[in-house]
Parts: sequence; structure tokens; C-alpha cells
Amino acid sequence: MTATIALAGTVPLARIRVRIDRVRLALWTAGLVVMVGASAASIDRLFPTQADLDQAAAGSDNPAIRAFNGPAQALDTLGGQVAFQIGAPGFVIAALASILLTTRLTRREEESGRLELVRALPVGRGSSMAAAAGVLGLMNVVVGLGVALVCLASGLPAAGCWAFGLEFTTVGWVFTAVALVAAQLASTSRAASGLAGAVLALSFVLRAIGDMTNGVLSWLSPIGWAQAARPWAGERWWVFILPIAATIALGALARALLVRRDLGGGLLPARRGPAVAAPRLATPLALAIRQQRAVVIGWGAALALFGFVYGVVVDSIEDFVSDNESMTDFMAAGGGGASLTDSYLAQSIRVLALIASGFTAQAVLRARGEETSGRAEPLLALPVTRRSWLGSHAGIAAVGSIVVTLAAAVAMAVGVLIATGDPDQVAGLFGAALGYTPALMVVVGAGLALSGWLPRAAVATWALVAAGMVIGVFGPVLDLPDWVSNLSPFEHIALAPAEATSFVPLVVLSVVAAVLAVVGFAGIDRRDVPS
Amino acid sequence: MSEPVIEMASVVKTFGDVRALDGLDLEVERGEIVGFLGPNGAGKSTAIRVLLGMLRADSGNTVLLGGDPWRDAVELHRRLAYVPGDVSLWPKLTGGETIDLLARLRGRFDAHRRDQLVERFELDPTRRAGTYSKGNRQKVGLIAALASDVELLVLDEPTSGLDPLMESVFQECVREAAAGGTTVLLSSHILAEVEKLCRRVSIIRAGRTVETGTLAELRHVTRTSIAARTRTPVDLSDVGGVTAIDVDGDRVQFDVDDAQLDAALTRLSAAGVLSLQSAPPTLEEIFMRHYSDDPDAPADAPA
Repeated sequence: MTATIALAGTVPLARIRVRIDRVRLALWTAGLVVMVGASAASIDRLFPTQADLDQAAAGSDNPAIRAFNGPAQALDTLGGQVAFQIGAPGFVIAALASILLTTRLTRREEESGRLELVRALPVGRGSSMAAAAGVLGLMNVVVGLGVALVCLASGLPAAGCWAFGLEFTTVGWVFTAVALVAAQLASTSRAASGLAGAVLALSFVLRAIGDMTNGVLSWLSPIGWAQAARPWAGERWWVFILPIAATIALGALARALLVRRDLGGGLLPARRGPAVAAPRLATPLALAIRQQRAVVIGWGAALALFGFVYGVVVDSIEDFVSDNESMTDFMAAGGGGASLTDSYLAQSIRVLALIASGFTAQAVLRARGEETSGRAEPLLALPVTRRSWLGSHAGIAAVGSIVVTLAAAVAMAVGVLIATGDPDQVAGLFGAALGYTPALMVVVGAGLALSGWLPRAAVATWALVAAGMVIGVFGPVLDLPDWVSNLSPFEHIALAPAEATSFVPLVVLSVVAAVLAVVGFAGIDRRDVPS
Repeated sequence: MSEPVIEMASVVKTFGDVRALDGLDLEVERGEIVGFLGPNGAGKSTAIRVLLGMLRADSGNTVLLGGDPWRDAVELHRRLAYVPGDVSLWPKLTGGETIDLLARLRGRFDAHRRDQLVERFELDPTRRAGTYSKGNRQKVGLIAALASDVELLVLDEPTSGLDPLMESVFQECVREAAAGGTTVLLSSHILAEVEKLCRRVSIIRAGRTVETGTLAELRHVTRTSIAARTRTPVDLSDVGGVTAIDVDGDRVQFDVDDAQLDAALTRLSAAGVLSLQSAPPTLEEIFMRHYSDDPDAPADAPA
């Protein structure tokens, strides 16, 4: 009785959500399934013979690669390679999709005041959350089914296909539940996404350390649970009890927190603040810094954590290489005669720079967000130029990108020093990290140009980030043609310290970024604000 | 007098197929408080955004404080303050910080006046803007605007969400500002507020100005409703400007153009007035006529 009342209206609410977000839900779902399908197909092409697979298996099973991809399971089979290459990054994207959509469907509705309107109807207190959980739960089932079907279509053994699909589903479920809890603790959707994102980052790091060492820490990570189910490598179905139990427990926790707090509030009480502004809070830049400070710190801390972990394990790579002569040759083939350690560090820095581009896009698009939320209006009705307003956020995106990338490089250097005590190893790291600055500036430029001329399409800046990630992380697996790889600004940066820095692309990318920025600033002075 | 503070002539602004402003005219002289009225969606906020140089008009002419609001936006914004109908604030800043930031960016900021206004509007400046109610957010916008020394206040439904006490504080503050020589453009739905504050009003509908003038002028073309009891029955059918006559024994009810009011009352008193009620022409009546469903109907159609 009470339960039915508490959940009154759930089904119609869920229907409305699907109606409103149908494009978004379909894009995430299709994107994940297509990505897995395309990767599976190209892995099939990459390893035409068993000899190719054997060679790949010998080359892949080392701590550095395990740190990115997960435990080595049946790498001498096509299925094993699919799970190894697509699993870890695919789970991260599936988790991100669930987190972003969950906070959108819950905390953002509450923030906007729309939930208040809904709650005043004969609708249960838990209905909105239950509707969000239902929509996301179903979406993740569809993702899992799609993944299983595309794997079946590429001729992989059936049991592994279903297990792999179920991994995507359960990872999505766990992070939906994590995001539901985060949405009760934080009082804004941004903070809720950040909190759940931090849990995801921690899950990835625990898994990375676990997979490089004895594997114990991987059992603390939802991504580790998924990989412990061993698709195509002797499936362990009982492992799925872990994510399902975690989802139920976290869901119950979110529900309990929900009924204990007020509508619109978080669980942390709102603190009071100063009655007068500090003297320096007197420019558009000072305001933008105040708004984005926490974002820079959050991304910087997350990247530093990743950098440190990737740095501190560098030692185990050296151990591995000294044990395995043929490995040295294999890894060196990619790095043009560079040492395995340098190849590993170069690849790590590229991944960190790709992650940093997420910060860049978020920061440069803040101005557009201010516009749509109506907060740009009181500012632009003051003697404040549009250029100084847009430029403040772009400036934070630009400087912040360098700051967060350097934070990652410094933490990585500290990790390497702790592990090896060899200062020569770290000298090249800072330059290598700074080398990605022009590529990050292209992201800033794209955000500016879109904000200036096509404000409604400004969110497409994220497409550049996503393209960079897909090309950078899945490029080798997807076997993309050069012209596609060249679309990502990050692919034009040399893999320092393994490769020598080449300056021409840096100059070209800087010019592209500058032109885009000029175009964007010209556009913002010509259009209606808000539009 | 000197040049107008605001002069909009035949301003057109379209969004896709929608003509938000369709030949709008608006004139505001220095030192006056002008009411800017119109139903929802009439184009008041669009007109104000054109005035502030946020939107660029498709055609027509707009002069603000002697400058071009689009080209000279930043220079002109030093000389005016704007309060939107729904003030959006940065949730992490406190109310006090927000007021200081906005006022400092405008320049000519009087910290003493700020403190006085915070007290008069009973605002708690230590709370984060994210926790403010709508009324409190409006207070922040109003205090930041009123604490600056400006030539023009542009107020777009500024009191929405304020309680009646705060509304009267707002009215006092606007009168003080006007007494100090500040020009005020007040867009509002609260007709009583406009009636108390404004000498002149402009009414717009569907992006066009349909009525403009002093309240006295607008009342001139308005009918007054009269209800009376007389000793002997009275016949008003031959008095010009009298309409809607309803006689019931010794009771009579009718509407009369203000120009004919005297003639009608003379006829009444000849019949011996026992009681008399007159509903004065209100701004609401003037306004309601422009709300009528037929926008092409002449506003002051003779009876």
C-alpha cells in the first residue's frame, strides 16, 4: 500500500522522460553498440591467423598494457582480444553515459524547479527517482543486448557474447545507482556528476593497480567485477551477483537518503558566506575564476591521481622487460627504437591529455551555459564587453587545460621518481605534456567559434573531444584510415618522450586554434544574446 | 526639453517567423517615470533587450541616451541599470557578493547606499544565491541597480515575487531616484504600481504600440461608470456619450465618456440625486480594452 503510493505516477513519468530524451538515449545506446561492433569487426581483420593472435597475446600481456586494458584473459583468441581491447574503455563510456543521464533525469530536474511542479501532482516522492532508474535500467539492458548481438554477428562464441553484453548492462546499472546516491548528497547536478565521476575514476584506478599487481584491488572496482566474468575465457556467471547486489544496495541507499532530505536540498547544509565581496571580485574574469575554480581543481586532482598511478607502476614494466627479451623488440617496434618505458609514458601522457580535453570543452562551453541559464543577461547589461565575458571563460579553459595537464605530468613524475629514483626518466615528461597544449587550444578554438556563430550547436565541441578519445584509444583497434585519424588534433602530436617532438604540427595546430578563436570573437559581437 | 532618453521608432525584430516587435514606437523624456504595459508575449522584454543592445533590431531606429544601443552598448551601460523580471544569479556567490560584483562592474558604486538598501529591503546578504527565493533574487537585482548612480533605470517587471511591504519599499526607492533626476522605464503587470509611480504610460500589443500618453490623457477618452438613485426617473438617452443605460425604477446605471460627465450629472441632479456611486476610470480599464480579443478594434471606439 505505502509502496504503491510512494511510487504513484512512475510509469507516466518514465514515459515522459523517454519522450523528452529519446534522441539522447538513442545516441548513447547506438554509440556504444556501434563502437563495440566496429571494434569487434576490425579485430577480426587485424588477426587473420592464429599465429597473429599468438603474437598479439605475447605482446599484450605486460603490466603497462594491463593498466589500460585490464586482466589478460585468453588473448590468443578473437573473443579474448575483443574483451581486452574494448572492455575497459567501453565500460568507462557506458558508466559515463549512465552517470550523465541519471543526474540529468534527477538532480537537474530538481534544480530547474520542474520536479517541484511534478511533486505537487498526485505523484509519489520516490516516483521521479524510480522513473529515472527504470529508464536507465532499461537503456542498459538494450545496450547489453545490442553488444551481445553485434558480437554474435561477428561470429564469436555465443556464451562469451552474452557475458560481454551483461557486463555492459551491469556496469551501467552500478553507475546509475552510484549517480542516484550522488544526486542525494550533492545539491547541484554538476556536483552530483562530479561526485559519481570521482567514483568512476577511483574504480578505474583501483582496477588498473589491481591488474598490474596481484589482482586483489580489482575486486573493489565495478569495472574489475565486469572483467572478472571472463567472457570467451571460461565465463564465470556467479560474478554478476556482485554488480547486481551493489546496484540493489546503492539503490536502497539512494531511496533512504531521498526520504530524509528536503526537495531542492542536499544532505550537506548550505553554509553562509561573506556579506561583502572581496575587493578583487570586480571583473568578468574574477567572476569566471570564481565559477570555474572548483572545476579546475576537480579535474586537476583526478588527472594527477591517474598520472601518479601510471607513473608509480613504471617499475614493473622494467621488471617485465628484463624477464622477456622478445617483448622489448615488440614494444620497440611501435616506438621507433625508443625504450619500452618511454613508449609507455608517452602513451600514458596522450591518454591524460585526451582526458584533459574533457575539461577544456566543459570550461569553454561554460559561457554558453551562462547564456542559456539567463545569468549572462545581468552581466552583459553592465559595461562589460561580450568579448571580455566570453574571453574570460575561454581564458580559463586555455590556462586551466595547461594547469590540469601539468598536474598530471608532475604527479606522474613523482610516481616515476618514487618507483625508480631516476631523475633522467622524468625530464622529458613535462615537455611531452605541454606538447599537447596546441591540440587542447584547438578544442578551445572550436568551442569559441561555435559559441560565436552556431550557439545552439556549441555542444558539438564535445564531438571533437569524443572523436579524439575514440581515435586515440580505439584507433589502433579500429584500424582507421589515416584521413580519419588525422581529424583528431591529438594524433598530430608526437608521442614524446618515445618520439622526438616535431614542431611543424604544433605551429599548424596553434594557427588553427588562433583562427578559430578570432572567428568566434567576431561572431559573438554580431549575434543576439541570448539566442 | 533636452533630447529623449529613449527613442524607438518603427522597430522590428523577428525570430524566425515570429514578429516579436512589429513597428514599435517608444519615447521616454529625461526625468520621467514611464510605465510600459502589455499582455504576456506582447514584446516588452524583447523591446528592452533591443534597448540594452542584446538583440539587434531588424529595422527601425533606436536611440538610447544619445547613442546606438547595439554599437555603444558598453559605454551606455555605464549610465544605466537594468533589473530583469527573473533575476538569475550565480548560485555559489552570496547575495552580498553578487550586489558588490554587479555594482562594481557598473562603476559609480555607493557602498553606503548599498548598506542602506540591504537594510530597507531586509535582505540577508550572507546567504548563497542558490538558496534564495524568487523574491530575494529580485531584491539582489534591485539593490545592485539602485545602489549605482545612473541616469536611467530599466526595470522589467522588477517586483514579481516581492511581498506588498517590499513593493512599497521599491516604490519609495523609485520615487527617490526620480526625484534625484533619474529616468525610469518600468515594465509591469501591476497596474496599481504603475498608476502610483508613472505619469505617462505606453501600452504595447503584438509588438506594436497601441496607446501612449499621460494617464490623464488616457483617462480622457475613458468612460466612467455611474450608478445612482434619483427621486424621479431620469432619461439620459439624448445625452451624448452615454451608453449602457439600465433603468430599474428609481435606479439608473450607465457609462459615460468623461467629456460628457458634466452634462450627465446635471441631468441626474435635476431629477434629484438620492445616492451616487461612480467607478473612476482605472488604468485597468484602459488596459483591459487592449486585451480584448480583437486587436484591430479601435482603442477608443465611440459608443
